[in-house]
Amino acid sequence: MTGQDDGGGIRDRAGTLAVLMIAPAIAYIVAMIGVPLLLAINYSLSDATTGDPVHHYAGLVNYRSALADPVFRLALKNTFVFALVSQSIVIVLSRVLASALSMPFRGKWAVRFLIMLPWTAPIALGAIGWLWMYDSIYSPFDWLYRRAGLLGKPGDPFGPMTNIYWLGRPTLAMASVVIVHVWRLLPLATVIQLAGLSAIPGEILEAAEIDGARGWRKAAWITIPLTLPIIGIAFLFGIIFTFTDMTIVYILTRGGPVNATQVLATWTFFKGIEGGDLAQGAAISLFMVPVLAGIAALLLRMARRAEVT
Amino acid sequence: MARVEVRGLSKRFGGFQALDEVGLTAREGEFLVLLGPSGCGKTTLLRLIAGIEEPSRGEVLIDGRVVNDVPPRLRNVAMVFQSYALYPHMTVRENIGFPLKMHHIPKAAAAGKVEEAAGMFGIGGLLDRRPRELSGGERQRVALARAVVRNPSVFLLDEPLSNLDAKLRVSAREELRRFQRRIGVTTIYVTHDQVEAMGLGDRIVVMNRGSIRQVGEPREIYERPADTFVAGFIGSPPMNLVEQGDRLVGFRPERFLPAALTPKADAVAWSFDVTWVEDLGAERLVYGTLGGKASEGRVVSRIPASVPIAIEAGRAYPFSVDRVDLRWFDRATGLRTEGGAP
Repeated sequence: MTGQDDGGGIRDRAGTLAVLMIAPAIAYIVAMIGVPLLLAINYSLSDATTGDPVHHYAGLVNYRSALADPVFRLALKNTFVFALVSQSIVIVLSRVLASALSMPFRGKWAVRFLIMLPWTAPIALGAIGWLWMYDSIYSPFDWLYRRAGLLGKPGDPFGPMTNIYWLGRPTLAMASVVIVHVWRLLPLATVIQLAGLSAIPGEILEAAEIDGARGWRKAAWITIPLTLPIIGIAFLFGIIFTFTDMTIVYILTRGGPVNATQVLATWTFFKGIEGGDLAQGAAISLFMVPVLAGIAALLLRMARRAEVT
Repeated sequence: MARVEVRGLSKRFGGFQALDEVGLTAREGEFLVLLGPSGCGKTTLLRLIAGIEEPSRGEVLIDGRVVNDVPPRLRNVAMVFQSYALYPHMTVRENIGFPLKMHHIPKAAAAGKVEEAAGMFGIGGLLDRRPRELSGGERQRVALARAVVRNPSVFLLDEPLSNLDAKLRVSAREELRRFQRRIGVTTIYVTHDQVEAMGLGDRIVVMNRGSIRQVGEPREIYERPADTFVAGFIGSPPMNLVEQGDRLVGFRPERFLPAALTPKADAVAWSFDVTWVEDLGAERLVYGTLGGKASEGRVVSRIPASVPIAIEAGRAYPFSVDRVDLRWFDRATGLRTEGGAP
């Protein structure tokens, strides 16, 4: 063979070419996901600590002690609560936003840009901004409420204290974390839903209008059912993002007060890295795998359905 | 049944004048066809009547009432779209029943109406299927059934046959016409296909560049086109137009025949230099130029197969047109003028 001229070059062999093209992606996934996953499994079955790289097989003891730990169970519950509550809110709000943004109005471009901003900002910076807004003394929310006469005097609806202490009370702290998750993921969900809405053929919407559907009835019978697969994708994406995120909780509350906002990702970090119990940390993190694998499978199925319609 | 009228109707899309001061009336129970090339404004006119587009100027009246500010759902019009616009996530039954549901018709009554509408179009057996499981012709019937189910007073049809294959289109045309006669609902039908227009319309509205060029019965449009645009748009091949001084003389290809076939006294004769002959089986199309005192212009003759006269390319033959079949047009304006000798 003398190269491309005789037609037998590598570019003409689809099978070889396919293997060559996909090899980098496979190498990347093996190196960045496969190897760490195997390491994690290996550690979780051992007695490894950050101080002692030599470790011995310890069976399922780490899983058993994780399950027996009330903090772990709380973190597991919190992880689900944060993901489901924040993403339910995100889906509703992004739907409303997407509907509004799909209508023609002046300054649409500017509004779309503003809504996208939280997504473009690094999550750590955003969380630090929120940390200040939730500050126990200088919170601008508290200042506004005091000014509005809602807070700070006996009989005010938000209480007689001068501050709300957003991150200092268990339920409020959870709500605060959920709010930041919503703020963070709303742009992505809005863009996904906007794409779904604009994929509905114009004639179908016009037919619906002539048939008598408008407002929420049009949404309930036409646009929402037609974009359901897309909504599902936005929801599952959001679940994965919140499920695996430790930045927001770590920066805002460090899991506090008294573990009220502890999630699997932060608990893994505190146990495995800061606490030095690598084996225990690995075991905790692996509890996320079945959930994430299930969501990933669902996502793939939904992506296929979205293609068909 | 309703009378539909538009007055001084204009529509601009940015810098494009889609419709320019259009006035038109569809009579009660009439089958009115809007015909024209793409971009002539016919679909825009239909959408303005439906209410899914707002006019820049002018009025739309249904049964004498100005409906400019009435939303589509309250105009009691039904529209069939070119794509049929069936709801893909609903079964055929749900599709047909959707307008009833949106108008709060009780479930039991609605179910009966759906069955009836489906029966009317012979799709009673498809009620539990989804649109993607249907053929093009079946989808078109579902769209029609959805349109008739709530007894609209006006039917608006936007090229409903254009997605069907040629054979199906002919039978669908016939069905559509029969069905419209039976229920007698005022129907406005948009098409760019002149055969459809001639075959379906009680009257045809020929449009071009946002305005109406002629309104009339099919025969009238064909025989007495109002201007050179209509003359050139209707008929296949279209009317021959030949310059003659400051006027144009027009004659239909089937009227332009070998001189032996036309009575000499009333005929205008030309020498026809034949350049090309197409034998289509049922007829021959003969292409060429006119010699003699007529200026040079390409013309076509359409000779039925029953005429046995031999005609070959490259030779000249005496051809003629009966004087009553000549139409005259002003060269500058393109408008038809009356009479005159060649």
